[in-house]
Amino acid sequence: MARLIMFAVLAVVILASAVFCVSTKRIMRAATALLFVLFGVAGLYFLLDYTFLGAVQISIYAGGITMMYIFAIQLVSKRTLQGLSERWLGKRTILAAFIALAGFATVVVVLLKNELIRNTVVEGDSLSRELTMDTVGQTLMSADKYGYVLPFEFISVFLLACIIGGLVILNHKKKEESK
Amino acid sequence: MFDYAFLILLLPFLSAIVLGLFGMKMPRKVAGIIGTCVVGMLFALSLYTAYRYFFYTGEYAAMGETFNVTDGRLASGVYPTVTTFNLTWLKFTELLTFNIGLRLSPISVMMLIVITTVSFMVHIYSFGYMAERDEHYKFEEYEHGFQRFYAYLSLFTMSMLGLVVATNIFQMYLFWELVGVCSYLLIGFYYPKHTAVHASKKAFIVTRFADLFFLIGILFFSFYVGTFNYDLNVNPGLVGKLTALAANPALAWVLPTALFLMFIGGAGKSAMFPLHIWLPDAMEGPTPVSALIHAATMVVAGVFQVASLLPIYVQFGAQEQLHWIAWIAAFTAFYAAAVACAQRDIKRGLAFSTISQIAYMLVALGVCFYDSRNGSFNSAEYLHHGGLGYMAAMFHLFTHAMFKALLFLCSGAIIVIIGSNFKEYMGGLHKYMPITNICFLIGCLAIAGIPPFAGFFSKDEIISACNALPGVEGQALKWIMTIVAGMTAFYMFRLYYVIFWGSSYYEQDPENRRRPQEVPFVMWGPLVFLAAVSVCAGWIPFGHFVSANGLNYDIHIDWSIATTSIIAAVIGIALATWMYAGKQQPVADALQRTFPRLHKAALNRFYIDDAWQFFTHKIVFRCFSIPIAWFDRHVIDGTFNFMAWGTQEAGESIRSWQSGDVRQYAVWFITGTVALTLVLLCLI
Amino acid sequence: MIPVGYFFVLSGLLFFIGVFGFVTRRNLVAMLISVELILNSVDINFAAFNRLLFPDGYEGLFFTLFSIGVSAAESAVALAIIINVYRHFHSDQVNSIENMKL
Repeated sequence: MARLIMFAVLAVVILASAVFCVSTKRIMRAATALLFVLFGVAGLYFLLDYTFLGAVQISIYAGGITMMYIFAIQLVSKRTLQGLSERWLGKRTILAAFIALAGFATVVVVLLKNELIRNTVVEGDSLSRELTMDTVGQTLMSADKYGYVLPFEFISVFLLACIIGGLVILNHKKKEESK
Repeated sequence: MFDYAFLILLLPFLSAIVLGLFGMKMPRKVAGIIGTCVVGMLFALSLYTAYRYFFYTGEYAAMGETFNVTDGRLASGVYPTVTTFNLTWLKFTELLTFNIGLRLSPISVMMLIVITTVSFMVHIYSFGYMAERDEHYKFEEYEHGFQRFYAYLSLFTMSMLGLVVATNIFQMYLFWELVGVCSYLLIGFYYPKHTAVHASKKAFIVTRFADLFFLIGILFFSFYVGTFNYDLNVNPGLVGKLTALAANPALAWVLPTALFLMFIGGAGKSAMFPLHIWLPDAMEGPTPVSALIHAATMVVAGVFQVASLLPIYVQFGAQEQLHWIAWIAAFTAFYAAAVACAQRDIKRGLAFSTISQIAYMLVALGVCFYDSRNGSFNSAEYLHHGGLGYMAAMFHLFTHAMFKALLFLCSGAIIVIIGSNFKEYMGGLHKYMPITNICFLIGCLAIAGIPPFAGFFSKDEIISACNALPGVEGQALKWIMTIVAGMTAFYMFRLYYVIFWGSSYYEQDPENRRRPQEVPFVMWGPLVFLAAVSVCAGWIPFGHFVSANGLNYDIHIDWSIATTSIIAAVIGIALATWMYAGKQQPVADALQRTFPRLHKAALNRFYIDDAWQFFTHKIVFRCFSIPIAWFDRHVIDGTFNFMAWGTQEAGESIRSWQSGDVRQYAVWFITGTVALTLVLLCLI
Repeated sequence: MIPVGYFFVLSGLLFFIGVFGFVTRRNLVAMLISVELILNSVDINFAAFNRLLFPDGYEGLFFTLFSIGVSAAESAVALAIIINVYRHFHSDQVNSIENMKL
């Protein structure tokens, strides 16, 4: 019951922040609202007893990515970031709202029709089974059937490529300008 | 024994490639020497091949077949047909394969000698001719002409040799088209000249049009007979197939039709009426080319083709067609001789003479016949009546190649010195060009059929062959040929007199006009050689080597016929002497005034060209080409244009979807996903 | 106990809020923020499904982990591009880079 209340609180925080995030006209507030959403999601992970995932969420998303957004926003002139949303009740807003509602309705239909989600009985202690760092590390580095060394390597290369790509993209212009 | 024979095709091919690709990088002399040396080697190889083929005693093997010969002859008394190699190139069915190979038979060996001899002489001669020509005209465009010329000549030599050694009719066709291409390239050699370009196009289109029939004939033949091979000696199965085909009443039309269609192809190449129109115009090419291609070798391809197929013609029910050929050729001979009497351009005169002489050969082939009551095709008696024409045609082909090449090369020497083709600018050259004069005279005597020059013997055999054909037909052809022999003598001596005698163009105004002089050795050397050959060629016991069924035939002169033709020739010469030998030509001018229309018609080749022009422009173009062009432009092009237009319009109309607005894409993407999900949900 | 459906509905809502934001925002950075919302909603689903339906496996956990890594990289590159676009066009509104289609 306590978990359910926690879930409700987190859900309210997440949804309220998300709605604020997409409806505010000021970019810095949107970034801040994103931060709250991320915290909420991290809370959900903790709630599910994925403490490692929650820590990753906070450190990478909340700590890293949000910082990056804030820096990016600061680098881009503030003036151009004003009026960042479509007019309320404009054509596009209505269209977007319609699509979002239709999509959500579809998701609900899927949920209602799905036997697996409805019929699975969740055992009481399944939420509090400890997942140790040791297991995470072993699994990440193992090449067994349920090992993730290959995606891990891919992600490593991918991140490297992104770092280089980001640097090249930003550097390219500077070179041109210096010429 | 003939293991080296593949070189006969390989050497000129390599030479053509080397000269064609790298000739421009070489100095002129080097390119010329390469070409000439290769042809010299071919000449030597051909002579050696002929020697081995006709005189070898002993045993040798070729393609796994053993030949036991005495003096070149098999035990049955005939020369063997030796296939030295035969590669399968394309395989259509189990039976129908397309081979490329090299086959030696008496006529192909004879053709090897003819081609390489004339080609070798022409190569040497061209050194002088092309150099003079280049110096004389100084056309900027001809800068690289010399090397190009030799490359083409090599290519031509290769193609022509490939044609005569063909193992099957399809290979013959392939090389047949190749010589057509070479002819096209060489006629249009002076391509900045419009007339040359038109002439080359005309030659190519006319011969190509005729070759279409050749191809159709080949297709008929191969479809019903099931093979491209035509040589009865080396393909034992062929006789049975042909006999079965000829005996089948429902299919009896096939062989005559196929053979006659093939002959139409040959008629195009050999300039038979009414497909002769390209040959006089082909004289736009360099004169050595006229000597090699348009007098001695390529134009006799049709004769060679008919001769190769002659055993099929006479044995399998196509004798009727053979006699049609004889009549077409006889008419052509007469027509061409008549036109030749009125030409002002000496090369054109010679061109018509060539047409007339080739027609002689085809008449000789056309009067061949085979009557099974007089003994079998393979008996020695056959050679005395039905098979005489074959030997006569080949003999005349041989001698004609020599003296016609000689005449053309002489005229080339004159043209180089005078700088014009027209008889008005000549006259009185005997003082200035003594060697050319003698050589030309020998050529004229040979073609006129005066003993003991080469033409007399071969022409006499042709007229004998006509005489051997029983019935009115044979007699009629014999007399036509005799009359044409007289006309030949007349127009050749007319040419001779207007060139070398009469009033000299130079002497009328010696101050301002170029003084004629003798050509350099590199040009008169080949003339003398060919003149010597023209004198002696008649004494070759030709029937010993080449005859309809391969057996020995001793040429003997039928004096009753020979006398008639000599008389005709002498009358012709006397008439020419009377009319043209003097400084003034009162008789000729008077005749011209009396029959202006006839003279004009003859000068304009009896308007055959105009008739073709009318036929192609007014009938073919208007009734076929224009509707086809309309169909092509509007229906076929229209279809594709419509498709292109539709694609463009569709693209244009959906172009606005590609707005570049990421959010719009997102909207579409989500909508699509949702729709897809809903569809899947409905399906589940 | 929390039923799976709750997580599912929550993530669905978050997802379509993100979509709504993506479609309505005219600013590239704000659009990117919306994308982050969408990614987070998916992550919630992964984690919750793994935990509640298949408690013995770790697939969802690791997918979430990788997804976080990928989204970090993606936003880094995207922000680099946005800053470049901004420098180039002196505006970071999406409409400005419609020129890119040419």
